[in-house]
Amino acid sequence: MAVSNTNAERRRAPLSSWVKQTFLTLGSVAVTMLGLLFVTFIIGRVMPIDPVLAIVGERASQSTYDAVYQQLGLDKPLLVQFLYYLWDVCRGDFGMSLLNARPVAEDIARVFPATMELATIGVFIGIVLGVPLGVVAAVNRGSWIDQIARVVALVGYSMPIFWLGLMGLLVFYGVLGWVGGPGRLDIFYEDIVPARTGMILLDSALAGEWSVFRNAFSHIVLPASLLGYYSLAYISRMTRSFMLEQLTAEYVTTARVKGLSERAVIWRHAFKNIRVQLITVIALSYANLLEGSVLTEIIFSWPGIGSYITTALLSADMNAVLGGTVVVGLIFICLNILSDLLYRVFDPRSK
Amino acid sequence: MSNITSHDQSWRAWLMTDAPTSRRHARLANLYQGWLTLRGNSMAMFGLGILLALLLIALFAPLLSPHDPFTQSLSNRLQPLGSEGHLLGTDSLGRDILSRLIYGSRITLYIVALVALIAPVAGLLVGTVAGYAGGWTDTILMRITDIFLAFPRLVLALAFVAALGAGIENAVLAISLTAWPPYARIARAETLTIRSADYISAIRLQGAGALRIITKHIWPLCISSLIVRVTLDMAGIILAAAGLGFLGLGAQPPSPEWGAMISEGRRFILDHWWVATVPGLAIFTVSLAFNLLGDGLRDVLDPKDGSQ
Amino acid sequence: MNSLTRFMSSAALGVALAITAAPAAIAETPANMLVIANRIDDITTLDPAESFEFAGSDVSRNIYQKLVNFDPMNLEGGYQPEIAESWTVSDDGTTITFTIRDGLKFHSGNPVTAADVEFSLRRAVALNKTPAFILTQFGFTADNVGETIVADGNTVTIKTDKPYATSFVLNCLTSTIGGIVDMKTVMANEVDGDMGNEWLKTNSAGSGAYKLVNWKPNESVTLQSNPDFYLGAPEMERVIVRHVQESASQRLLLERGDIDIARDLNPEDVAGARDADGVKIHDELRGRLMYLAFNQKHPELSKPEVRQALKYLIDYEGMQNSFLNGQYTVHQNFLPRTFLGAVDENPFSLNVEKARELLKAAGVPEGLELTAGVREAQERTEIAQAYQNALAQVGIKLNIMVGTAKQILGEYRARNLDIYIGAWGPDYPDPHTNAGTFAYNPDNSDEANATGLLAWRNSWDTGGLTEKVAGAVVENDRDKRQMMYNDIQAEFRDTSPFAVMFQKIEQAGMRDNVQNVNLGGATTAVSYWPITK
Repeated sequence: MAVSNTNAERRRAPLSSWVKQTFLTLGSVAVTMLGLLFVTFIIGRVMPIDPVLAIVGERASQSTYDAVYQQLGLDKPLLVQFLYYLWDVCRGDFGMSLLNARPVAEDIARVFPATMELATIGVFIGIVLGVPLGVVAAVNRGSWIDQIARVVALVGYSMPIFWLGLMGLLVFYGVLGWVGGPGRLDIFYEDIVPARTGMILLDSALAGEWSVFRNAFSHIVLPASLLGYYSLAYISRMTRSFMLEQLTAEYVTTARVKGLSERAVIWRHAFKNIRVQLITVIALSYANLLEGSVLTEIIFSWPGIGSYITTALLSADMNAVLGGTVVVGLIFICLNILSDLLYRVFDPRSK
Repeated sequence: MSNITSHDQSWRAWLMTDAPTSRRHARLANLYQGWLTLRGNSMAMFGLGILLALLLIALFAPLLSPHDPFTQSLSNRLQPLGSEGHLLGTDSLGRDILSRLIYGSRITLYIVALVALIAPVAGLLVGTVAGYAGGWTDTILMRITDIFLAFPRLVLALAFVAALGAGIENAVLAISLTAWPPYARIARAETLTIRSADYISAIRLQGAGALRIITKHIWPLCISSLIVRVTLDMAGIILAAAGLGFLGLGAQPPSPEWGAMISEGRRFILDHWWVATVPGLAIFTVSLAFNLLGDGLRDVLDPKDGSQ
Repeated sequence: MNSLTRFMSSAALGVALAITAAPAAIAETPANMLVIANRIDDITTLDPAESFEFAGSDVSRNIYQKLVNFDPMNLEGGYQPEIAESWTVSDDGTTITFTIRDGLKFHSGNPVTAADVEFSLRRAVALNKTPAFILTQFGFTADNVGETIVADGNTVTIKTDKPYATSFVLNCLTSTIGGIVDMKTVMANEVDGDMGNEWLKTNSAGSGAYKLVNWKPNESVTLQSNPDFYLGAPEMERVIVRHVQESASQRLLLERGDIDIARDLNPEDVAGARDADGVKIHDELRGRLMYLAFNQKHPELSKPEVRQALKYLIDYEGMQNSFLNGQYTVHQNFLPRTFLGAVDENPFSLNVEKARELLKAAGVPEGLELTAGVREAQERTEIAQAYQNALAQVGIKLNIMVGTAKQILGEYRARNLDIYIGAWGPDYPDPHTNAGTFAYNPDNSDEANATGLLAWRNSWDTGGLTEKVAGAVVENDRDKRQMMYNDIQAEFRDTSPFAVMFQKIEQAGMRDNVQNVNLGGATTAVSYWPITK
């Protein structure tokens, strides 16, 4: 696991160097972000899609084309274009979407909450079901429960999520009608509650519009369950192996010898010790879901950041791609640092 | 197993020895014992069985498939499961789905094999060099790794394919590009622990160069954790390839790539569900097989049971 | 950890309860609301001076009035007076004077005046966005609009550089770019001298049946009816067009009554939806053509026999009756049916033997390999594969290059593709729109860079058709003009490197109670105001 390696080193560093560490961390975040931006920028420029053509369409006259070409600053050297872009980003300006003429920052503020809502519920399902499953599997290692847990997890790893999504829609929406269809809401529930957080469940709960809440829930439940299953697979496997490590440790044996109940041994001792590792795993799988599960979003017409970046990419809307990637990258890095910090704060060995 | 010959016996004894006579002997003995453990894991063997079957199917595709996978028949399209001459029905252009599935296994194996060659090797190189050299080299290489890790994976792959053009080879490269950073991380971590080991110091004192130490002493020790990781990643690779195919950025028509087949079939999902379902099941089966095998291998090769 | 486990189990219980409580959404849309599922991800702007895509035209047609416009209940009647009450044409045929109708109002309450008309047309020319060529082809430029487009009292006069057929000029004014905007409102929102372009991209300032409530890119467009509309307040007070990508999703929404109209059903879903309760299918012939083009730079493709042979290798009937079923009809001429000058002759059909002979006569070598570019869209990749299959029968290997629209288009415009498989929709409802691109190419050199002309993209010098097209566009006698187009098309069918294959039939699924739907035929876009349910 990426994070635990760096932790292993940091743990060796003396406490007094924390300040230095913090600066180093911030520095490396900055460098990573810069690299991320640069790579994305280059990809955008070498794409065989002509951004000018993407804007003006195929029937435009040459003079229209030339005007847009200059307007985008494409006549300037690549490095100059990059520096301009960097300067804007530093001021929080991601530029305008080339295709829908809106500020990219505004677009992201609109699509990101949708992804966040989905990912949060997904990872929540993953935790609620995955952690107990992992613990039970570890405690009953080798038993049928362990085998079932294993199969459940491996099946989760192996499922093409776009296919499962299609099948889920077909069965639960098309045939049975138990859940809402693609999209976040039925059409006539739209625009009823004001967008405060952009997360419809939260917004409707805040506004007390429970009919909207229920409708939104019926729409999110299927895609969130799919993502939940996926993170359940990961979380339960990791929980199991962390727990196994603890359960074979000496202190557990000691605790058992002392006559503590099995329940107490498992939850009060072993589980307590894997908390921190578990947080890292959860942060990682949350980060993965936040990156936008492109395919899930596409199947469920979910207007999230994953499908936003993908659509933008395929239509050469580079400002949108850059903006989206920066935001996603930043979140990924931040979550990593956060779990890093938690490690340092909670891990007994680092004190 | 009942009539083991004495010859086999002696081989077995040689492999099971507690006192190996040479390094090769020790390694083979280790491998054999690992194999015995793996053989005891019925789920892993099940996975291995499926993969062997896949290999055979791909190998003998022309013999096994009842029809040519590309022959169209517009008057005979969207035939249901079990229709005459078409066990798994036909697709939108009247092509036999079973035959396409069989030929598609070749593409799947091709992708898997290529990615499995490219990504871990690249990761191993970067990781061991960074871990062994330390200092600035380490910092720079690891920052690059971080950059690629911070990218949304499918987006990076998409961007890459979009930049180079759709096609299997480019899809393979794109997936490798997103897959190498974790390997680099693992290899670096292993290198760090090995680097400071006493015996490496001893070898260094004997005058061995960095290149020799990395290739002869560090790489072999990284291999087993990499193999586990690769096997476990295979499923992810297949799914990623299928995802690219699904988005139309993988194999090009009329190639029977499974992801592309789902994509073609999804518009009939309501009335002709099998067109998308059958290749979906195929992808699922193969990636499950890889996961089962990987899980078993992990038990064998990584006694910590996969805390990676 | 006890509190944590307790929290977890109660949370799990909460989830379980909520799942069972989720309603099984069987619904009906409100009576005064029209809900439509459509792919609207092509909308990039709603400024009528800039908007040029299908979904954008649909929105624009219901927001903006034009000088002359089509009556959705009588499309065959051609353009009718709208903002212009009447018009007169000068004797030399270069000047048209429109008299503006009294009493029309913009949504803002401002009256519609000749000054607004002058402003809107001048603005469209000056902004010089993509569709500007529809107006600038009459010789208008940013520099001369002061003299060529002039308001005076309640009349507006436009002066063209040549005596074009009046029908040609007026047909062009019915297209989206002819939409009249509210000068005062637009200029109040001007930024950096952009004539309100930035603002109009996402807002509306029209006088039509509807006004824009909001447009969420790739999500939805919401329109609110204009109670003061000059033909009377529309019955549907709110129209919501929601972006739904998948045909299957649209069908499910329709069958469940969550939407009133589904506009992107594929043939299989149409067949399925037809049997569903409360759903009917509406067929309407549209203007879009599906065609193949053969690049004349290729030494083999430039042989006349080869061009002929390639047209005999298309399984027109087979495709029409299988995967295109009901949504495309065989049509082998560049003018869509219902256009002035359209003809109905389709002489080509699949004939592998004949093609083989022609290829042999032309001396085409064994194992010829060609590359075809096609956009990532199901029916097009299927056409490509069916064609690939047919070419294989005469020993030609066709490599298919699938890409996004923008990718393939870039290659096509750079004259890099051997074969292009694509669609073409008319820009404005006049025969010149297609004649001027399929059969018109005054300079075939690479330097000309006439990327807008299909003939140029395929390096075809048109063999004399260019002059005939130029002649037809200034012919003011309607019957004569029609004959000229008939002749051009007869020659085009035979000699051109284009195989026009199909014309689009739009099949919209709708609830039984929805009435008076007109999607715009081959000439214009959808009209919401007559719709009832």
